[in-house]
Amino acid sequence: MSFAVLAFDSSRLVHLSIVDMVVIVFYFLLVLAIGAYLKNRANTSEDFFLAGREMTAWIAGLAFLSANLGSLELMGWAGAAYQYGILATHWYWIGAIPAMLFLGLVMMPFYYISKTHSVPGYLKLRFGESSRALSSVSFAFMTVLMSGINMYSMALVMKVVLGWNIHTSIWLSSVTVAVYVALGGLRSAIFNEVLQFILIWAGALLIPVLGLIEAGGWSNLQVQIAHNASVEYTHLWSTLGSFNSNPMGIHWTGIVIGLACIISFGYWTTDFLVVQRVLAAKDLRSAQLAPIIGSAFKMFVPFIVILPGLLGLAVLPMKLVPENVAVATGGHSYNEVLPLMLARYCGPGLLGLGITALIAGFMSGMAGNVTAFSTVWTYDIYAALIHKKATDQQKVTMGRWCTILGVLISIGTAYLVMRFGSIMDYVQALFSFFIAPLLGTVLLGMLWKRTTSAGGFWGLLAGTLSSVGMWAWVKIDPRALSYVALSRNAKDMAENMYRALWSWLVCVIVTVIISYLTKPKPESELVGLVYGYTDIPSEGAVPLYQRPVFWAVVVSAVFLALNIYFW
Amino acid sequence: MSTKREISIWFFIGISLVVNGALVLGAGIYEYFNPPANPVVLFRLHAGIWWGAILFIIGLIYTVKFAPGGGASSAHKDAADEREVYAK
Repeated sequence: MSFAVLAFDSSRLVHLSIVDMVVIVFYFLLVLAIGAYLKNRANTSEDFFLAGREMTAWIAGLAFLSANLGSLELMGWAGAAYQYGILATHWYWIGAIPAMLFLGLVMMPFYYISKTHSVPGYLKLRFGESSRALSSVSFAFMTVLMSGINMYSMALVMKVVLGWNIHTSIWLSSVTVAVYVALGGLRSAIFNEVLQFILIWAGALLIPVLGLIEAGGWSNLQVQIAHNASVEYTHLWSTLGSFNSNPMGIHWTGIVIGLACIISFGYWTTDFLVVQRVLAAKDLRSAQLAPIIGSAFKMFVPFIVILPGLLGLAVLPMKLVPENVAVATGGHSYNEVLPLMLARYCGPGLLGLGITALIAGFMSGMAGNVTAFSTVWTYDIYAALIHKKATDQQKVTMGRWCTILGVLISIGTAYLVMRFGSIMDYVQALFSFFIAPLLGTVLLGMLWKRTTSAGGFWGLLAGTLSSVGMWAWVKIDPRALSYVALSRNAKDMAENMYRALWSWLVCVIVTVIISYLTKPKPESELVGLVYGYTDIPSEGAVPLYQRPVFWAVVVSAVFLALNIYFW
Repeated sequence: MSTKREISIWFFIGISLVVNGALVLGAGIYEYFNPPANPVVLFRLHAGIWWGAILFIIGLIYTVKFAPGGGASSAHKDAADEREVYAK
């Protein structure tokens, strides 16, 4: 057997040896085996859609994070780190940690105590059927469409990196996900997400370790990046005083208000894709601890994502370029930095493990999308609007079929994107329209008893429409960017931050005004749903180290220290 | 809700790490004695050997500790055995 197989050529980045292929094949067999094993443990709707609400804090917490760690997340943000420097870390730290802690400490009790099966389900309990219908329909379809886009992007990467046939990549990975989720439901998805989380770290951790050895440590890495790119690439906050003094073209207000306060809170606290994992926890304390455990690991994800991008700036012999330039010139794009670093350091076996990490990332993200879709469809559309008297068994059957349907729609979207590439931009934008207004609606619903059903619905609709309107305005007239994002120099990411902020404000203002103009719900109907009317169970005499608030303080302290160190 | 006790996820993870660790370690040892014509950067550190060994040992510990019928708990057993100190 020859192991001299790691080489570059013009058609693919890496070549796999037999050992690498065995590692990848073993991974596929194992995830299918887990699905088959768990088939008999998904007989009731509670089992299938919420994993029987039996998950420990650790398992729910790791699955919560893993569902977010898609391969595009890994490769995309490594590419962003190469392009924008350490600023990309904001999406992992201030753009995630505070929101995850807030979910655990403040919002989780309402989700958990209300016994809802989904986020749209909470909106039904708090605001009524119209709000649920609006959010569930938009969420269900956007979720599978996004899943398809991710699937296509992943297959494209596999083609570029490994030379794999794009159709084989799409069908093999998505059918595998469909089989193990349809068999074992959320429990199977969660089990596999924990496995995938471990494999992601096992496959990717060597890159930063060996990269730092090659670069000569963090200080030498900073010097090399300053020489090859710019000194601004290694500072987290000190370059955010103006739009022009950093590689991302963003002001600190965009990061703090737009990203940290709106987009991050919207995603981590209301996107059912991640919240569903926490709802599967076995009790309230576990449900509160799960996002806190997830946040602790999230804080260290930049080590395997951002650091390889920065290392690429210092040690790679070639200059990476934007995707369109790479296509035109035959060069390597920013998004290829992670596979390039993988190929730089990893020999046979390790390379297979690294590629498995990327595939695992993709599959965990896709399983997250598909399980969230089937739950929202079954509970909030099928059982709420189509077949109101559906039995438990009918819901499980519908859930299994929805899983397959969701995967098929995703595959269809992937092929649609393959044919009409510009669809990708539109669908990604569409998805972002709902997150910020939904945060406004859920927060007001949980924390302000005066919010009425009409206020919740019209606020959500107005926020969403305003977001669509701002996006269309900039598309039609690019000069509008100076109004929407406060600067003509703002890049796409900065525009997204500010659009989220304005749409959230519109949602909140409309909700408040209409709530004052309409009749509030009786207090008896707010029990278990709203702050002030919900008895949060006492934690009892548990030791300090078992209390969610203790670990939230620990995570906050480390989070602050990291931000100050990399200031 | 199901009542049958299930195999812990940590057992599956242990198996995965054992198999992957063994494959990476084996490939690393082979390359140590048969150096490739175009080695990867930092080949002299033989990352495959020590990383494969680490994965294998961790995997072995988890496989034994969470083996079906062994003493360690599964997610389901945790839920069943630990009566809720913190009421739902």
